[in-house]
Amino acid sequence: MKLTGTRFLTIAAASFTAASISAQTGEPYIHDPSTIMKCDGKYYTFGTGGGGLISEDGYHWHAGGVRPGRGAAPDVLKIGDRYLIAYSATGGGLGGGHSGKVLTMWNKTLDPNSPDFEYSDPIEVAYSEENEDCDAIDPGMLLDPATGRLWLSYGTYFGFIRLVELDPSTGTRKEGNQPKDIAIDCEATDLIYRDGWYYLLGTHGTCCDGPNSTYNIVVGRSRNVEGPYLDNMGRDMLKGGGKMVASSGNRRAGAGHFGRYIEEEGVEKMSLHFEADFDRGGRSVLAVLPLLWKNDWPVAGDPFTEGTYEIESERRGYGLELAVDFIRMQGGMHRFWEPQTEPIVPLPDQKLEDVISSWPSGDIDVRIGDYMFRPHQKWTVTAVPDAGGYLGSPYYKITIEGTDRALCATADKEVSTVEHFSGTDEQLWRIEQLIDGTYRIMPKAIPGCEEELALVSVADSTPSLGKFDFSSDNSKWNFRKR
Amino acid sequence: MRTKQFYMHGLAWTVLTCGIMAATIDSSAKKHADNGLTTYFSVQESKRTMTDSDGFIRRWLLLEPIEKPNRSNTVFTDSYLRDTFYTEYFPGQFSDFPKSGQKIKVGKQVLRWHALDSNLFNVKLFRFATGLDNPYYGVLFWAVTAIDCDEDITDIRMSVGSNSASMWWVNGEETLLLSGDRRMVMDDCTSKRITLKKGRNIIRGAIINGPGMSDFCVRFLHEDGTPVTNFTISTL
Repeated sequence: MKLTGTRFLTIAAASFTAASISAQTGEPYIHDPSTIMKCDGKYYTFGTGGGGLISEDGYHWHAGGVRPGRGAAPDVLKIGDRYLIAYSATGGGLGGGHSGKVLTMWNKTLDPNSPDFEYSDPIEVAYSEENEDCDAIDPGMLLDPATGRLWLSYGTYFGFIRLVELDPSTGTRKEGNQPKDIAIDCEATDLIYRDGWYYLLGTHGTCCDGPNSTYNIVVGRSRNVEGPYLDNMGRDMLKGGGKMVASSGNRRAGAGHFGRYIEEEGVEKMSLHFEADFDRGGRSVLAVLPLLWKNDWPVAGDPFTEGTYEIESERRGYGLELAVDFIRMQGGMHRFWEPQTEPIVPLPDQKLEDVISSWPSGDIDVRIGDYMFRPHQKWTVTAVPDAGGYLGSPYYKITIEGTDRALCATADKEVSTVEHFSGTDEQLWRIEQLIDGTYRIMPKAIPGCEEELALVSVADSTPSLGKFDFSSDNSKWNFRKR
Repeated sequence: MRTKQFYMHGLAWTVLTCGIMAATIDSSAKKHADNGLTTYFSVQESKRTMTDSDGFIRRWLLLEPIEKPNRSNTVFTDSYLRDTFYTEYFPGQFSDFPKSGQKIKVGKQVLRWHALDSNLFNVKLFRFATGLDNPYYGVLFWAVTAIDCDEDITDIRMSVGSNSASMWWVNGEETLLLSGDRRMVMDDCTSKRITLKKGRNIIRGAIINGPGMSDFCVRFLHEDGTPVTNFTISTL
């Protein structure tokens, strides 16, 4: 197929837009982002070389985080009302030395403008000698929710990933604790816990090679925090095992340094960096992706892609639609019980212009019905990047394809459409992929309502706004292209 | 013959020990001396051995590393590796079965073969090199071993993981190329189905590394993924 100039430009522009909105906005430039922490309403992450990023909304990031000590790949954990920061005083290196130190320090706040902002003196909690099969850098921490014990993993491609136990009240090494080898040849490991499983995430592949970096995040799991950590093939991470969690794609190369962020039950996200964002000239950037769980394995979801979809209710499988007359299509009727002799002629789709004149002007309610790929059931989801965002993504407008008619939340905590999108908060939608792959859809605001409510199915055919409940299919939706 | 064989083993170990001692004397290499080879390798105490319980082959003849400077492992493309691995560095490279202690010359380097048993499932080439106070970054290793089978073992696959890139041959036939900047991962790549014939089979490998750790692991797998263990391994 030969593309005309206009057609090519349209495709190119669409591709660029899709790639652009999949990244964080502002100046999200970082390498080895620590687990994202929320502190006094703002989001923080720290990276290699000192400093860090701050965000008011989780989507627009800028420099300003303060983390002394330089070194590589820090991690942060909130324990009680304090933040424990672990970092390595050295940088390691493939061709360099392997003497390293991991240190911890506390701060009451991550806000450098707060009067409470003051780091405690760093304490060494792990080290490696020059000739050990280990680099004591790249720490990751887990406060075990099952036991209350604090664990720290560290290490690089040079030999073993090691685990030590820290005292959660002091951030110091537990007396008498000896390092335990739990994996080989990873970078930027992190430990997480879920439903009786401990997961060890590490980065494999080539680091620091710009658009050619093959960095990728893999995982193994164990019932015991001290291992063995096995992958989906039963391979021990001490023998190089690991199941893929995140890798290159969407014009971003080299996925590294996992961090988990739990919004609430069923809504999880992962932070990472991409070594090279092609839309930003190959710079290393922060990324936030949905964190999905499939068969008790974590895997990165994809950034939401703009487009036209059926919005399918997980409850019954019906599609969200305008409450307008169903316009029957003419032709295509056959006496199927008799032999068919006439030639086959494809039926055209029902078009917007075939039906829109039958739609009333002004607000039109919505309902959920049999999806028949008709114009009143096709929703175009478009990012509104200037309207702020939430952790990882911008807000979206949801309009009927080919029109400006927009889905909106109403003051009576219901859902309807307005004829023209005006950009008000009740017309902006937060779309988040849940851990099971379905989606939560929430209005940015509901007029006169302080509650955070989500789009729900209150009956098979009736949508509304209600409390999000991950345990109920009423709260879940799918975006389907069909 | 037996006396000679043991003599060769003893000689090899003496060489290794001397290497360590030399490292302790040479201040520039002192930092590597504490990584004694005994942590990673053992003297062969029998003429033949078996695989470990997972099928990994731990008995190898290792050639001291050939200098092949590369500042990065990202250059290991397929074509680069084919050129590099099929270059003849020493006579009999693809045909001879070396003897432990045997010296060969590669350019200005005089290199020695060492018969060793790895203490680990993986063969830590980096520690082999540092323990001998040899170059350990920007190097090319050669490894050879012999497998003796009582009968043909058919429809099996050679399974290799290596850090960094490597190429492998069974009885002179190329079986595997592991290209790119790789980490050593158990069962990273397997060959097509092959047969280990009754009698002796020669396994040969070349492993190249720029900076960073270097090691490999090799085993054979049946169709159902279970390891092949019914053969003996010898470097004699």
